[in-house]
Amino acid sequence: MAPTDAPATKSVTVSEAATTLLFIALATLAGFIASRAHTPAYAFHAALFALGSIIAVFALLKRYELRDVEAPAQFIDGRPNYNYGPIRFCALAALFWGVAGFAVGLYIALELAFPAFNLDLPWINFGRLRPLHTSAVIFAFGGNVLLATSFYVVQRTCRTRLAGEIAPWFVVLGYNFFILIAGTGYLLGVTRGHEYAEPEWYAILWLVVVWVVYLIVFLATLAKREEPHIYVANWFYLAFIVTVAVLVLGNNAEIPISVFSPKSVIVWAGVQDAMIQWWYGHNAVGFFLTAGFLGIMYYFVPKRAERPIYSYRLSIVHFWALIFLYIWAGPHHLHYTALPDWAQTLGMTFSIMLWMPSWGGMINGLMTLSGAWDRLRTDPVLRMLVVSVAFYGMSTFEGPLMSVKTVNALSHYTDWGIGHVHSGSLGWVGFVSFGALYCLIPWVFGRKLYSLKLVDWHFWIATIGIVFYISAMWVAGIMQGLMWRAYTPQGFLEYSFIETTDALHPEYVIRAAGGGLFLIGALIMVYNIYKTLRAPSAASATEFSPLPAPAQ
Amino acid sequence: MTAYESWREFAANSGLFFFILLFAGATAYALWPSNREKFRRAAETPLRED
Repeated sequence: MAPTDAPATKSVTVSEAATTLLFIALATLAGFIASRAHTPAYAFHAALFALGSIIAVFALLKRYELRDVEAPAQFIDGRPNYNYGPIRFCALAALFWGVAGFAVGLYIALELAFPAFNLDLPWINFGRLRPLHTSAVIFAFGGNVLLATSFYVVQRTCRTRLAGEIAPWFVVLGYNFFILIAGTGYLLGVTRGHEYAEPEWYAILWLVVVWVVYLIVFLATLAKREEPHIYVANWFYLAFIVTVAVLVLGNNAEIPISVFSPKSVIVWAGVQDAMIQWWYGHNAVGFFLTAGFLGIMYYFVPKRAERPIYSYRLSIVHFWALIFLYIWAGPHHLHYTALPDWAQTLGMTFSIMLWMPSWGGMINGLMTLSGAWDRLRTDPVLRMLVVSVAFYGMSTFEGPLMSVKTVNALSHYTDWGIGHVHSGSLGWVGFVSFGALYCLIPWVFGRKLYSLKLVDWHFWIATIGIVFYISAMWVAGIMQGLMWRAYTPQGFLEYSFIETTDALHPEYVIRAAGGGLFLIGALIMVYNIYKTLRAPSAASATEFSPLPAPAQ
Repeated sequence: MTAYESWREFAANSGLFFFILLFAGATAYALWPSNREKFRRAAETPLRED
């Protein structure tokens, strides 16, 4: 007769078995496709899928071997047993991709200033490195910051452990695998040629699976919350997740020419394709780079300032106004094209209306500091967060201005657009991400941040870099636009295109210098985080640490 | 008026009313006096420790 207190035997859960079988199937399928692929680049990607799936199977087996018999407890001593593992991974992945993306950006800035830098190699010419840069900073750096912070914020504000055990790891690892496929694809010349939507059909198919699991994990965590009210930051994250899914599906309605070919053909033709592309493109800005990062603002600014958001009511109006207006602004990317005039005017009108929610949100973030402004002097992390909100206000003022048709006639296709994008991405998205990571990494690793002094250095070096960058691009863009439209008294164009390009050289050098400073700032951050993680675990670290991280 | 134009006009007008109603609804929800206490508590969510 067996003793009643014998340890329960470990048994395989349904999700473990199903995930393992799915990865075995994917490995087999990918191996088969690799053997018949039409192009070497596609064979390489299919082989990566096969290899990744095999690694996933081994990881699942190893995890089974190492895990406890029981699933991790939902609560320990009445407190939620938060799941920080996937958050730690994404936070560090964000640092890696950030530095990689900024470095590629600096390199292509140097290629524009000194074209010899392309070394006449196809893999590193501007056309291939540019999407690598944009995807690395937006989707790899920004995406990992959003994954890390959304998984943290949803757990903390719902006071519940993240739903699922394998699923969150599938989301974070699967998403980074997508980045790997997309990034290597650009260098090998695999592209759909749609801006910010370059990855081909098989990469998108994988992304959609990952994204749906992300949505399910997020919703399931909200569903088992212990708080009655869903905190506003989660609303922004949820809008980001849902809308990005819809956008990706709409802009990737395409038919592969063969399962053995990387090439696909989109079902939208001509101007419809252009309109869907910029409906996607502008909402990638609105929901990926704005709504998601506003989720960060609504949690990390109050948390760091140790006071509630200025107006919770304003945050609700901000949310709904932003959601309903942004989705219509895309056509302003297609002024004076074959797009119907009414659609262009609609895009412009909605862009101008966006001033209100944007500035409402900015005021809400900034006024949270009211009564605690002195903290900006002593806490460079809070300063970074607050300056990011100021940049949010600035670039969302500039954007609607540029969407006005008459302004757009001057600014479109010039470097003014590049300057505008970078004041938003470096100033708003970059700084709010840095600020959030400086808070988050010490919290989830149970460490004290190594040096606030270094954060101060990061802040000032990066800020000076941004100012160099955006002011150089304003001058370059307006000069370019004016030179393009300059006529001689005889009615001929005054400048050839190459003359307008040649005139930009000084601004391009200043821009590269600004980007270099921004990269130096990020490297200081990496050093600071490295020293933070090397320090012995300080379970009693109190510096803004909400609580000692519970065991995994 | 072509079918394109009449559909476009219908979509634009109904969209306008739909969004005005939604915005009015969201604003009313945000400003409704009885929600004051709920939102005050919600705003404290990130600061409450567990």
